Amino acid sequence: MPEVLKAPLVVEFPFTRSLGPVQSAFLTGLRERTVLGVKTTDGLVMVPPVEYDPVTADELRDLVEVEPTGTVTTWAWNPEPRRGQPLDTPFAWVLVKLDGADTGLLHALDAAGPDAVTTGMRVRVRWAAERTGAITDIACFEPYEGAAAHTEPTAHDGQFDDAVSGIVAAARLDYVYSPGRAQTAYINALADRRTVGERCPSCRKVYVPPRGACPTCGVATTDRVEVGPAGTVTTFCIVNVKAKNLDIELPYVYAHIALDGADLALHGRIAGIPYDQVRMGLRVEPVWTEGGRYPDHYRPTGEPDADYDTYKELV
Amino acid sequence: MREVAIVAFAQSDHLRTTDELSEVDMVMPVLHQVLAQTGLKTSDIGFTCSGSSDYLAGRAFSFTMTLDGVGAWPPISESHVEMDGAWAMYEAWVKLLTGEVDTALVYSYGKSSPGSVRDVLTRQLDPYYVAPLWPDSVALAALQAQALIDAGETDEPALAGIAARSRESASANSHAQVKGSVPQGDYEVQPLRKGDCPPVGDGAVAVILAAGDKARELCERPAWIRGMDHRIEAHSLGVRDLTDSPSTRLAAERAGAFERPVDTAELHAPFTSQEVVLRKALQLADDVTVNPSGGALAANPIMAAGLLRIGEAAARIHRGESDRALAHATSGPCLQQNLVAVLEGDAR
Ligand SMILES: [Zn+2]
Repeated sequence: MPEVLKAPLVVEFPFTRSLGPVQSAFLTGLRERTVLGVKTTDGLVMVPPVEYDPVTADELRDLVEVEPTGTVTTWAWNPEPRRGQPLDTPFAWVLVKLDGADTGLLHALDAAGPDAVTTGMRVRVRWAAERTGAITDIACFEPYEGAAAHTEPTAHDGQFDDAVSGIVAAARLDYVYSPGRAQTAYINALADRRTVGERCPSCRKVYVPPRGACPTCGVATTDRVEVGPAGTVTTFCIVNVKAKNLDIELPYVYAHIALDGADLALHGRIAGIPYDQVRMGLRVEPVWTEGGRYPDHYRPTGEPDADYDTYKELV
Repeated sequence: MREVAIVAFAQSDHLRTTDELSEVDMVMPVLHQVLAQTGLKTSDIGFTCSGSSDYLAGRAFSFTMTLDGVGAWPPISESHVEMDGAWAMYEAWVKLLTGEVDTALVYSYGKSSPGSVRDVLTRQLDPYYVAPLWPDSVALAALQAQALIDAGETDEPALAGIAARSRESASANSHAQVKGSVPQGDYEVQPLRKGDCPPVGDGAVAVILAAGDKARELCERPAWIRGMDHRIEAHSLGVRDLTDSPSTRLAAERAGAFERPVDTAELHAPFTSQEVVLRKALQLADDVTVNPSGGALAANPIMAAGLLRIGEAAARIHRGESDRALAHATSGPCLQQNLVAVLEGDAR
């Protein structure tokens, strides 16, 4: 079996998320070095705060300010920080109950080593130098010698100038994508200026591009078949919107093309003919550009149009 | 209420990488096996439901590709959960209970090898307060493990014992990825060592459900689903008592698990420390056979490992090795969501 193709695939999104009133107050507060919690129906103080009570589902809006110092309730030593994590030197993940709060906040603790971390140890917030209204405005926690403050958290109206109303949560994941056996053969053949499909051993249909299975019979399609090069336009549309980074003159025609010998139409762009003269039944052939690994477009062969009956099953 | 049973179960070998296989290449043989066990054809199946995740595949609507392997044309009655296949099976079970269909095919798969599971799983966390810190799945499990150690409920040697017992049991499982004697290794995230963590791998699983007489017709000893329920914890980790799993206990209670003792429990505990939590929540007696398959410490194809537990429990009933079994599936960090099914064979 020839080696399957592989290529790096990066999936990256700057997710923009809007904040509710409590989240907005909490994250704006962090920007101003103020930690806010919210009182639950049972009178507990949740930090970080949520907008609905996890027990009663009541709406929560009763904000209070808590201390930037707290106590570790559990921890885990991370010897090899990964991309995106708060510190790039070994650190402890911690859940911290801030003074005045009844629930834990997850963050990183900058400590000398695992022997320097214990459950129950006292810590305080280390603020990020540049703060934007995000959980990362807390750079991390650091060890702190002071005892717990036993004052009641003070009520806070949650009002700040220029409150943040949203966050951008950037996400990037890296993959090595492999299209599998069937599509590897298809892509390799295209680079050779040939089009191959696969025949279903049960219903005898030829699928192009092949995906490895017949969706009608639910069995593997393994019998490789060369199709084309010419084919018939089964249906088409005229595109009037320019795609980003696409250097094609508007309008252009995008069509379904049934290659000779194939039982499924694939899609491609039609050129070499005025857009308003493309029609169902038009006979076309692929055009490769120099060094191209796939057909750039399809152009008319000059043959007479195919009879509707010859392609009606594929429309 | 209508009686519904698991009548067939099949799984792939679970492997670190399956580069040469597309998802449908991986799933199709497993689908063919469950159909062959029952003699059913695709067109005989009343309902099909699958579980998988686009984040593992790194592309949108990835499950549609595997539908080719089911034979989805002409159109079939079909559904998908972006979750472990155990939840797909729950949906299928409900569908059978309505009386609308008599049979269902449920499958799920995970191909973790193209990406980094530890990073991928951070994307299921609270996007405002947690995901921006990128705490990976091992780190969150380690926080839970430390909480258990602090509470005196386990220690590192006890966790190592769970790892050893699981991999030893997996020696008898030809599909398992990690089996036999495996060193505990260094800390991944302290207090969890490599041996406390599940392998990363690719795999697929499928079961067939059938109702009443149809089940008896298709299987010599059907694994009757006596009850099934799923529950979820509060969203924020800092709100929960990480040493306990009230959602598992409640799901088990609603599924009828506490009405009579079980002889087998297949627990979806990807980390050794999570077995400690689950045993307590489920009040398992010492004589219950836990994870005879090796469990998720032996093979943990994400999105399939929960349905695998249900399938393994059902297969023991099919073979006459169990009369009443509990199967558990989990999803999310630190046992966030939990599903419990109670399975029984006919009295012998
Ligand atoms: Zn076919």
